Amino acid sequence: MGNFFLAIALILGFLTLLCLYRGVFGPTVLDRIISISVIGTKTTIILALIGLIYGRMDMFVDISIAYALLNFIATLASAKFLLTRKSIVPGANFFKERGIK
Amino acid sequence: MLTILAIIFIATGVFFFTIASIGLLRFPDFYCRMHATGKGDTLGAFLSLTGLAIYNLNNGFSLTAILVSIKIMFIALFIFIANPTATHAITKAGLECGVEPWTRKGAQK
Repeated sequence: MGNFFLAIALILGFLTLLCLYRGVFGPTVLDRIISISVIGTKTTIILALIGLIYGRMDMFVDISIAYALLNFIATLASAKFLLTRKSIVPGANFFKERGIK
Repeated sequence: MLTILAIIFIATGVFFFTIASIGLLRFPDFYCRMHATGKGDTLGAFLSLTGLAIYNLNNGFSLTAILVSIKIMFIALFIFIANPTATHAITKAGLECGVEPWTRKGAQK
């Protein structure tokens, strides 16, 4: 059973590397933010799996909770920041030029 | 019995994670990528954490194991609420910034 959890954790690590491609080469800033959010969700699961593999579930669950909360706050903070600094994103004012609102 | 149930839950969750990652890599647009990750990631995390909480009760229903399982289900519930909220916030930011939506080439003219 430990081998199964190890295989699942390795698969999730490989998917994290795939998502990191979008984080590095993403065309806009928002693509990078999505990529970091997805990586954070995967990391929460990987931490719980590590706790199960090591047999210390009671300790690693708390770290996992903290990681989930931090991931949520980081995503909301960057979204709020982008609402006030609109000039960062390339291709801005697309809707205003066409009169769509 | 609990082990088989946990394996089914975790395998389904990893399947949804894989779909979300493929969508994040292959879709052409910011909004399309948001569509893929916002749903696939949430469901994958919920199913995986439910499977882990079930497997944690495998060694007998002691008080410690039940408390740890309740904590894991709290994480799952939190992700189930917080991930769509974050998705909505980022999509709203993209819409306010005016990120250009993807159209088929030539259909716009």
